[in-house]
This record gives sequence, structure tokens and C-alpha cells, in this order.
Amino acid sequence: MNSFTYFRTDAVDTAVRERASEPTAKFIAGGTNLLDLMKENVEHPTHLIDITRLPLTTISDNVDGGLRLGALVTNADTAYNEQVIQRYPLLSQAILAGASPQLRNMATDGGNLLQRTRCYYFYDTATPCNKREPGSGCSALNGYNRIHAILGASNHCIATHPSDMCVALAALEAEVRVTGSNGERTIPFADFHRLPGDTPNIDNTLEPGELITAIDLPARGFPEYFQYLKLRDRASYAFALVSVAAALEMEGGTITAARIALGGVAHKPWRKPEAEAALVGKPANKENFQAAAELLLAGAQGYEHNAFKIELAKRVIVRALGQAAKLEPTA
Amino acid sequence: MNPAVETYPPDVRPPSLPPVHSVKLTVNGKDTELQISPWTTLLDALREYMDLTGTKKGCDHGQCGACTVLINGKRINSCLTLAIMQEGAQITTIEGIAPTEGNASQLHPLQKAFIEHDAFQCGYCTPGQICSAVGLMNEGKAKTTADIKELMSGNICRCGAYTNIVDAIEDVMNQKNA
Repeated sequence: MNSFTYFRTDAVDTAVRERASEPTAKFIAGGTNLLDLMKENVEHPTHLIDITRLPLTTISDNVDGGLRLGALVTNADTAYNEQVIQRYPLLSQAILAGASPQLRNMATDGGNLLQRTRCYYFYDTATPCNKREPGSGCSALNGYNRIHAILGASNHCIATHPSDMCVALAALEAEVRVTGSNGERTIPFADFHRLPGDTPNIDNTLEPGELITAIDLPARGFPEYFQYLKLRDRASYAFALVSVAAALEMEGGTITAARIALGGVAHKPWRKPEAEAALVGKPANKENFQAAAELLLAGAQGYEHNAFKIELAKRVIVRALGQAAKLEPTA
Repeated sequence: MNPAVETYPPDVRPPSLPPVHSVKLTVNGKDTELQISPWTTLLDALREYMDLTGTKKGCDHGQCGACTVLINGKRINSCLTLAIMQEGAQITTIEGIAPTEGNASQLHPLQKAFIEHDAFQCGYCTPGQICSAVGLMNEGKAKTTADIKELMSGNICRCGAYTNIVDAIEDVMNQKNA
């Protein structure tokens, strides 16, 4: 790990001011990703601002009927929170599909959004990587790219976002509350992460120095018809090859609202409004789910080792929607 | 204690290095003050500065679980947190899980069960497995054998003693519920 100085505060404004005073500083909370990347010499902040004492550790009701997750609530406390289980079971399911109990006890909700890719070349400082070192090239394009993106990638970067939680948050249309030197603002979840384009070094739309303070869940939580389905190389404790967060509202056998977000396939959780709209007013059946899957995967591009993900994703979408609609068993 | 750091007063350290911090940790109910750099992980503080070598360094990247300790009763990977960030927390390591009252050679029920079920071969992952199992029981979410397997997935055993590890944990859970 590189040398750095350490600063701790229990006030949000002090943390933001401290961060603004040193451009190469970083906030640290759970540390599960940042410290790992520092050990790998991928991240080397000169100054760490410990935000674990900030008063952002509660889950509370919002006036609009939604739920506010403080940025420092741990992933475990979120997944096992009664309100989350009752009203947003999709989110609980997605969190528990990721990482290990130890990591979920450490990792915070705000930090989960800021996880960096698990692309092997991003971690391997001996190889070119545009995300780690802009302009150096992408080793994954012609390398071992089994875990890489099939949607929304560019010829500068085919990395994926590794979070499970974020896939559910995308489907639920959460909002991210942030604060910085220019005050507070709210970012819709779909606009929080970005596609790589020609600046894959930038993962999200936070301004430099901005701090996530909370994640707001809207009142609509799809507690009845939902499924987070994750496919990976082993049964537990592995990143997704493909995952699907499916949420439906139904009347009788007819779909009245649908949300579908994909993980493991792009630089951000992948949604396609046309695919969701195509399901509304239709009966919940395999044929309609297949049509939605085709729309979601439109334009997908496979590389040498990950082309299988295109067909896999379609099948996972059909199954997840079937499970969400309670047409298929979940086990 | 690490003599190299102990005998290196701040005023003679190379100017490019940030100062050493005085860090107060509460480990197994005992308060300790360490002079350490901010980048010292909790794992390194325990092993290299406090001689609590029961906690093991496996991968040092949060993937193997050998470094599992309890912070305020919750299991975490001590390799992925800085010692300085854990000031004020109750830290419990494998050395601190056995009951302290009465017979000093008493074992925690999980330690006994690991011996009875032969739940290890080389033993390197065992302290982490046991601390993780203590955390699992504190959490109270595991109800079935499948739950135990899923909720112990953060602890790797390269000898492959998994079936006996699960048996040992299940045995203690059943004793507790009996």
C-alpha cells in the first residue's frame, strides 16, 4: 500500500471541505474495494478521509412514502432490514446474492455504488488498461474477456460494473443523494453510472469531491412479483456472469408494470425502457418474456470468450420473469 | 510489539513519510495503544504489533476469510480494514472467544465441535472459520444446512474439510436450540 495521511471527522461538511482541499484524497468507509485496490497499486490516494463516523447510518421513511438508506448503512443491515424485506425484497435478494457475509458486514450502501470493475486487466498493473491508465489501451478487447461486457461497450473499454445491489436499485429507480462543495443534488439511478465511451476511467457522474449521503427508494417497491436471478461460475461468492433484476405488477395474468435490469453485461446496470413497455398490457407468458429479452439484448456484441453471454442473458431474463410472475419455482 | 517501529521516533523518520499515529484498540476486552502508520491493516496490527497470530493472513484481499475477526460481534475481514479506523470498536479474535471465567483451558463450543468433527486438516483456515461461525450464530439467519453452507461461503478451506466444518457448526447450533 502507498503511504497516505489519515483524517477522521464526524461532520459531513468537514469531510467535504477536507476532500476539496486535496484533489488526490479519497473518502473511505467499508474499505473493502478501495484498500484492495490500494494493495494492488491500482489506487494510490495521498490522503484518506474516514467517513465511518458521519451520521449517515440509518434507514428511515421518506415523506413521499419511500425509504431512505443512509450511505453508511452496511449492505448486511440493508438486506436484513425489516422494511427492506417487506417493501423492497428484490433489493434484499440482490444484496444477499453478492460478496460474502464478512464483506456485506463491512461494505456500505454508498460504497457499493462506487465499486470498480473486476476486469483482470484493470487489476493487473503490468498490462495496458484505459480505465486505470487513460490512453494505454484495452487488454481485454483481444484478451481473456469471459467476464466482460456485451452491451454498451466501446473499443476503449469492455469492463462491466460488478455490483448486484446496483442492478436492483436500477430496476427500482432509486435516486442517489450527494453533497459537495456546490451543495446537494439528487441523481436518478439510471444517470449515476455511465457507459465507457472514450473516457472509461470515469465510472459515474459524481463531480470530483462529491459525497454520497443517501440512496432514496421510491414508494413503489414491487414487493409481490420480483426476482433477482444471478448466474455465476460457482454457487456462491462469485461475481455475476449475467444477473437479472425482474419486477412486475400484475392484475390477474396481465402485466401492468415491468422493470428489468441486467448485471454483468455492461459498464452499468442495463435497462431498456422499450423492453419493459412491450410487456405492459400483455399476459405473463414465455413468449412475451422472450420478446422482451430480445429487445433488451438488441445490439449486443460478443467477444472471443463471452459471446455465450448473449444467449445466456436471454434465457436468464425469461426465467427471472417467469419466477417473478410466479409461473416457475425459484429454487 | 514490533521493535523496528517502537524504536523509530517520529522526529527521525524520513520527511516523506507521514507521522506514526497513536492508535488505541480494544482487543479481546483489553485496551492497547499502538504506534503505527495509518496504512497498517487491522490484520497486520494484530499479528505484527500485538503478537495475536491466531488470526491468519491468507490472501490479504478479502477473498479467503482466514483473517476473519469480530467487530462489535459482527464478522469482518481484518485484512480489508485499517487498524486506525477501528478505534473505539470491540475487536474479538480467535484468542478471545473462549469463556474466560473458571477453567483457563476451557474452549468455546465451536472450538470443541471443530475438534470432535475433525473439521480441519492443516488448520490454517480454522481460526477464520471459527470466528466466522461465531458471527454466523450471532446473526441468527442460518436455519438449514444449506443456509450454513451459503453463509460460510466467505471462508475457503483448501484442504476441503467443508463437510466436517458444516457438521461442527450445525452440531453447535443444534446444542444451542436444544
